[in-house]
Amino acid sequence: MTDRIRDPAAVLEAYRHRYQVVVGMEVHAQLLTQSKMFCGCPADYQGAPPNTHTCPVCLGMPGALPVANRAAVEATIKTGLALNCQIQPLAVFARKNYHYPDLPKGYQISQYEYPLCRDGWVEIELDTGESKRIRIHRAHLEEDTGKNLHVDGHTLVDLNRAGVPLLEIVTEADIHSPDEAYAFLTKLRTLLRYLEVNSGDMEKGALRCEPNISVRTWEQAARGEFGTKVEVKNLNSFRAVRNAIAYEAARQIQILEAGGAVEQVNMGWDEARQRTVLQRTKETSEDYRYFPDPDLPPLEVRREWVDAVAATLPELPDAKRRRYQAEWGIRAVDARTLTEERQVAEFFEAAVAAYGTQEGRPQRVAHWITGELFRLLYAEGTGQDLRQIAETKIRPEQLAALLRLVDEKVINLNTAKKVLEAMYATGDAPQAIVEREGLALVQDTDVIDRAIQEVLARHPEEVVRYRAGEEKLLGFFMGQVMRATRGQADPQTLRRRLVEKLTG
Amino acid sequence: MDPRPLHQWTVHQLLEGLGQGAFSAQELAQHLLERIQAVDPQLHAYLRVEPERVLAQARQADRRRRSGDRSPLLGIPLAVKDVLVTRGVETTAGSRILQGFVPPYTATAVARLEAAGAILLGKTNTDEFAMGSSTENSAYGPTRNPWNLDRVPGGSSGGSAAAVAARLAPAALGTDTGGSVRQPAALCGVVGLKPSYGRVSRHGLIAYGSSLDQVGPIAQDVADAALLLQIMAGPDPRDSTSLDTSVPDYRAVLGRTIQGLRIGLPQEYFTGGIQPEVDRAVRAAVAQLEDLGATVVPIRLRTLEMALPVYYLVATAEASANLARYDGIRYGRRTPAATVMDTYRRTRGQGFGAEVKRRIMLGTYALSAGYYDAYYLKAQQVRTLIRQDFEAAFQQVDVIASPTSPTTAFRLGERTEDPLQMYLADIFTVSVNLTGMCAISVPCGFDEAGLPIGLQLMGPHLGEERILQVAYAYQQVTEWHRRCPPSASPEQEQAARTRDSRP
Repeated sequence: MTDRIRDPAAVLEAYRHRYQVVVGMEVHAQLLTQSKMFCGCPADYQGAPPNTHTCPVCLGMPGALPVANRAAVEATIKTGLALNCQIQPLAVFARKNYHYPDLPKGYQISQYEYPLCRDGWVEIELDTGESKRIRIHRAHLEEDTGKNLHVDGHTLVDLNRAGVPLLEIVTEADIHSPDEAYAFLTKLRTLLRYLEVNSGDMEKGALRCEPNISVRTWEQAARGEFGTKVEVKNLNSFRAVRNAIAYEAARQIQILEAGGAVEQVNMGWDEARQRTVLQRTKETSEDYRYFPDPDLPPLEVRREWVDAVAATLPELPDAKRRRYQAEWGIRAVDARTLTEERQVAEFFEAAVAAYGTQEGRPQRVAHWITGELFRLLYAEGTGQDLRQIAETKIRPEQLAALLRLVDEKVINLNTAKKVLEAMYATGDAPQAIVEREGLALVQDTDVIDRAIQEVLARHPEEVVRYRAGEEKLLGFFMGQVMRATRGQADPQTLRRRLVEKLTG
Repeated sequence: MDPRPLHQWTVHQLLEGLGQGAFSAQELAQHLLERIQAVDPQLHAYLRVEPERVLAQARQADRRRRSGDRSPLLGIPLAVKDVLVTRGVETTAGSRILQGFVPPYTATAVARLEAAGAILLGKTNTDEFAMGSSTENSAYGPTRNPWNLDRVPGGSSGGSAAAVAARLAPAALGTDTGGSVRQPAALCGVVGLKPSYGRVSRHGLIAYGSSLDQVGPIAQDVADAALLLQIMAGPDPRDSTSLDTSVPDYRAVLGRTIQGLRIGLPQEYFTGGIQPEVDRAVRAAVAQLEDLGATVVPIRLRTLEMALPVYYLVATAEASANLARYDGIRYGRRTPAATVMDTYRRTRGQGFGAEVKRRIMLGTYALSAGYYDAYYLKAQQVRTLIRQDFEAAFQQVDVIASPTSPTTAFRLGERTEDPLQMYLADIFTVSVNLTGMCAISVPCGFDEAGLPIGLQLMGPHLGEERILQVAYAYQQVTEWHRRCPPSASPEQEQAARTRDSRP
């Protein structure tokens, strides 16, 4: 085993002038249907005791026959449309033959020659601000396998997962850096979650990704040639995908630079050691002997069906992003952040609806959501899952009400942040919190004047200096009066009256 | 009352007797169980009979009848080929690899008969996974032909055909992938019907060639076969290949004149290796149909010679995947070894018989990279040609008549060493499966050795009414189907009993 490459990113950077990284992705997404792909068993197997979500069909019992799940087909059409694919008028289920204990029938029902979706693309945004299309080669429907558990030298088989609908999405080799891969996956997950067809949980295995990684010299690229590709498995997070691509590309570059040749192999990702490790060599490629499954008639997908499914598509993130920017003047970076999760976008839109679309208002809402509200979300809850916004106690209308309090100078910005925290904790309306806590700004000029009077009396020396022309001391006086009013003095009123007193 | 013993009655006659209270379902079941015990040791038509279960169900049927239940098959015992799964009753498909397998569910075809009041009398012998034409490929030993114990009953539904022929069951279910209902029916002198593909649900039929398999009745006469089909047929949400079209009333065509119907006689089916007596008997049968007013039309079916090669590519390719699930991991027999792969190898190596292994290898080969186009794909293309050939023929005629099998029952062991010779037994039957059409075999005579001959009547897809109409008309003017093998006559039964009771 070779030494671990310490800084793969540095290797890629150093050889950027000579090599191009080329990555194609195979993504498997479990579809969120009620029942499995070919039987009536519940598809949600998480936490169920082993082999309880099974029946003769998903156990591969003699004589049992598959019946295709219409909801899974529709979820695939939906996804295909969102991925800008051509939905095929005819899709054929095929048997992929191989033996493994987690594969009850000895074959997996998949789609081979005739997938449901072909030739699409996904737009990703790069750090440079440019966007780029990653082409989708195909997307098809298949069934998941069971799970083998290795306990005390025995292998136990749990078939709860066997037959769960699985959408396989295959990209063209359009991805040229670990960051592009990351951006692609993020975008894909966003789409899948918008469509509510997949949970996007890589950690739970609901979304799986296998990148095919190769490198080629720019001369090869110019000739349209490719390097030898290596498939990496066992990636359980987006970060792992990014790191694995960087590592594997760096490894291949080092081999080529040393005069060696990259072997076509399957690698696994070792998360603990942050490196790829050899899984098996592909000396002979396995022959799956695909053929059309005679148990399932070819799937005829009529135009009307596709149109009906298309009519159910929600507004997708790209469209939302453009609308936010064009209609509401939202900054590009905020528009992207707000649209990454559908729940966030919905919260934002509801808050804008309540607050108003007048000049600057939507951007103010955006600012508060991506700033203060995200800070609160990140601080608690599980990880950085912004979808939790839908479950917070703050309602979008309440956020709008809070911003109005600021506009109406009932509270200042700092107070507003504190009120938001209280709203987050209690779910109370901002007005109620302001009243209860006595946080309203002091507009009463008598109170402000009295505070000014006291401050000036306590600092006669500074008053003299100010009057002698040291005008920057105004800030000092402002601060002192603010402190005396516990921050509730309306800053504009305070400033005006302070200047009057000092110059008067 | 009919003086004959109950085992010689047809299903229709038994239903009448039960309805009139001439005897009880329990008496009928008891009689058949005794008869099976006496006669079956010579035949080995059954793999499994559970008398207690049968009698309990018969008593249940009697109770239901007393309480006014008039279900169409109430109290009728039926034999079922062991490739149809039956809940709680061991189902092996004639294979060692499924020894001890007790299914948790029942095949739709069987369940529908049971829902109509039928009683599962027992599971009948079959070539392993229905792969064979003589029932000699059963892992549990062959079945013998009731007409001559040195002869095979045909296959793969040899157990069911022999059981009905020997009157060890009033009727039975078989399955037909390349002729497996019709050919044994012909060789045993009973009626066998292969419905159109998709007419009867395959749910619970242990798959051999999924695009070819159909469940079909084996009966003493056409009316019984029509009755069983009537009850089994129809769409099943558990089988995506079952047809969503409504089921006509098959009994309505029975007795209707065949005056003016056109019967095609394909020249290719009456040449070559056909046994002269078979040729004569089938031609005589066709002549009788002509006497009944049908018009005989000579036709050509040039694709006949392609049918067997196509069948043995398509069926084996599908089988190679269908049988992959028998790995000893979840059910059936396992031969443990150190590694998973070795467990597979040993389990399958010991669990499957030679013919099954041969077909798995053939099918695997046909699907392999580099051979797929030349074999599997080409076979599918030729399959289309065969279908077009028949579709064109059915533009000219209503029904096509031919021999069911080129020969009468051959001797046990005669063809086991020569698979190609064995495969020829299905030459006239496989086209019907490849095209999804329907066909029926009815007895139409005997050869000089006293062995039955079968007439095959083929109909277009969903043309069951036409073939039933013609077959029924034929049986109205012939007696062949009423003949019983010697072992089914009362004297012979007595002799068998005496033999058995000898110490």
